[in-house]
Amino acid sequence: MSIVTVQLGQCGNQVGFEVFDALYSDSYCSQGLCSKKENEAYQASCKERFFSEEENGVLVARSVLVDMEPKVINQTLSKAAQSGRWKYGQHACFCQKQGSGNNWAYGYSCHGPKHEESIMNLIRKEVEKCDSLHGFSIIMSMAGGTGSGLGAFITQNLQDQYPNALKMNQVIWPYGTGEVIVQNYNSILTLSHLYRCSDALLVHENDAIHKICAKMMNIRQISFNNINQVLAHQLGSMFQPTYSAEDSFHYRRNPLGGFRDPALYTTWLKPADAFSMWKTQRAFNKYEKSATLVSNSQFLVKPLDTIVGKAWNMFASKAYVYQYTKFGIEEEDFLDSFSLLEQVIASYCNL
Amino acid sequence: MTQSVVIQVGQCGNQIGCCFWDLALREHAAVNKKGIYDEAISSFFRNVDTRVVGDGGSISKGKICSLKARAVLIDMEEGVVNEILQGPLREVFDSKQLITDISGSGNNWAVGHKVFGSLYQEQILEKLRKAAEQCDCLQCFFIIHSMGGGTGSGLGTFLLKMLEDEFPEVYRFVTSVCPSGEDDVITSPYNTILAVKELNEHADCVLPIDNQSLFDIISKIDIMVNSGKLGKTVKPRSLVTSSARALKKHQKPFDAMNNIVANLLLNLTSSARFEGSLNMDLNEISMNLVPFPQLHYLVSSLTPLYTLADVNIPPRRLDQMFTDAFSKDHQLIQADPKHNLYLACALMVRGNVQVSDLRRNIERLKPSLQFVSWNQEGWKTSLCSVPPVGHSHSLLALANNTCVKPTFMELRERFMRLYKKKAHLHHYLQVEGMEENCFTEAVSSLSALIQEYNQLDVTKGMPVQDLPRLSIAM
Repeated sequence: MSIVTVQLGQCGNQVGFEVFDALYSDSYCSQGLCSKKENEAYQASCKERFFSEEENGVLVARSVLVDMEPKVINQTLSKAAQSGRWKYGQHACFCQKQGSGNNWAYGYSCHGPKHEESIMNLIRKEVEKCDSLHGFSIIMSMAGGTGSGLGAFITQNLQDQYPNALKMNQVIWPYGTGEVIVQNYNSILTLSHLYRCSDALLVHENDAIHKICAKMMNIRQISFNNINQVLAHQLGSMFQPTYSAEDSFHYRRNPLGGFRDPALYTTWLKPADAFSMWKTQRAFNKYEKSATLVSNSQFLVKPLDTIVGKAWNMFASKAYVYQYTKFGIEEEDFLDSFSLLEQVIASYCNL
Repeated sequence: MTQSVVIQVGQCGNQIGCCFWDLALREHAAVNKKGIYDEAISSFFRNVDTRVVGDGGSISKGKICSLKARAVLIDMEEGVVNEILQGPLREVFDSKQLITDISGSGNNWAVGHKVFGSLYQEQILEKLRKAAEQCDCLQCFFIIHSMGGGTGSGLGTFLLKMLEDEFPEVYRFVTSVCPSGEDDVITSPYNTILAVKELNEHADCVLPIDNQSLFDIISKIDIMVNSGKLGKTVKPRSLVTSSARALKKHQKPFDAMNNIVANLLLNLTSSARFEGSLNMDLNEISMNLVPFPQLHYLVSSLTPLYTLADVNIPPRRLDQMFTDAFSKDHQLIQADPKHNLYLACALMVRGNVQVSDLRRNIERLKPSLQFVSWNQEGWKTSLCSVPPVGHSHSLLALANNTCVKPTFMELRERFMRLYKKKAHLHHYLQVEGMEENCFTEAVSSLSALIQEYNQLDVTKGMPVQDLPRLSIAM
């Protein structure tokens, strides 16, 4: 079962590279702390999921790279090629000359329709290389113009063209205090659109990862490289296959183990169903023991609420709105987005 | 990657432009060791095989043959442009990129705008179209001019409307040198106000520059360079005022000042030309810093002004660079942003600076700055890996701040003093196409702008209230 990754914009491409690198490093590292047979099964499974193989045995990431300007893609491609361990497909990228200018409307309404065919074709080619497609991992930031706007557009297209495939969006949540001034607008537009067409939104907050780098890893001068690598590590540990030694296609569900406290779960979901744990003997990234927690909880209500609040305040003054209406996103579209997100917040609060 | 075309108009515009091209070459030479024509260089230069006669075949890849600036040089006198063509930069310009006359505009906006405007419209359009055709993807026009005279002010702003009509998709960034109070051109207030109206209506973004500020920066550097202790240890090439000529001490009087402006333009475009962990393209400047179309005047400040060469002296802490960017000493116009209201602020960092350095300094400086209620976290940031020549890092801060209002009000004052007496008005009114209502309209335009800033200023100091949100029926 393969996963095709679509990496969009500067953030998406920078993170995407780190993810594949982390997956590769983990798969091919020698300290699996398990049997050789187990290790081989693990490797094979990871390979099938994330990489295809060229005739000469070189691993090619199952990924489509999209950006509206060339600098980052060029860098990403050469970084991968230089590593000598894996690379991106030669024709797996789509690039233009002029970026989206941090404008969601430009990414969604201009770049989207204009380049829809080319981009979907690239994705199709990648899908055809898979024996069986499990789904898509779309890596994008919310704050800018390409990842956010074009990312939302592409996800919608994937919904239409591949309704049976899982669509999981890796959404990078910007720092609370400015990377981009219009990041709150871009964020609410992205989230409201993704809500309607994505199966799962996995949120990665720059602020949270920054704290990890500062407090837990004690890095003094934190760069985006550091941030992206931590993110990739988290994603990698979630993505890597979990198997039982007996049957390599069996996801082991272990009813035993912690997190049984009913208070943590909503009333309409029995603890047994709400909590799924997948185990594997094989160590991730040389750790003797590691655990990855993916949760759907009220944890995100506060950040979401904050972003909606800031965007609303700005919208009330109409600041920057002309930049969006210029490209076809009207005030009504903003209001639709606000309503949808308020509903989401209310639903989570009512749990 | 996109390209930009520089349009330098008038004496001031061309002198600054000349410094800009000199520095741009220097910067790319330092970065591009292999002499391969790449996308970064192509943003400002064409690669031309000079052996090919005629239009000079443009080469898009491979080794650098001969670099030609993507520029159009316009002046209604020949002196400055001729000097450029005889100077060390002569190979960089194509004679077909020039438009000159001999009589000059006589420090009269009306002559520059109305007379030369109509006279040279077709020619200018032709040169611009040519320059645009030579670009793969033209993103921005950079117009450099002064506002106090006749050509830069009048013809320079005439261009803006033309550019808007002919190339509506291409951004118009204007670097405008404003006259100071003691300008020796008596009619500079007329010229300036008439120009401001055009900037209001047809520019996407304006970076006003004040000669006085530039002069103060130079004085500050001189003091540092000549003071006993640190004096000789300043790296000569690192001066924000230096150019190749300065090293040979043949620097002309305005060169030092013009180099500062040239550095501004280089830093502004660095993140679009070079790679970094958080890129910022030119279209992002407009998107983030201009919340309402009319309010597009940005205060710029550059740091550092020099780098110390002596390794025994500990390098100034990185944080000092951020503090300096918010000090009036480093601004390119006379204004007081700290005591006024920020609408938006951009920090464009170059060199070995990481995101944690940015965050730490934003947190540190935020409390002393007042932001408008609907943009409390109004920061746009960029990280470009390539530092300027002679530095390990640098910072350009661009602020959209109501502190430009006093400058505009002063301009209006000076204008009214002349206008009330109808002083020198006849020089303007005798030009065909000029009437008194050109003046009254210009003042109205300026007053409307001042009023916009007023309305924002009124909100300063008021407690930030969260507006009631949409309530949803569950």
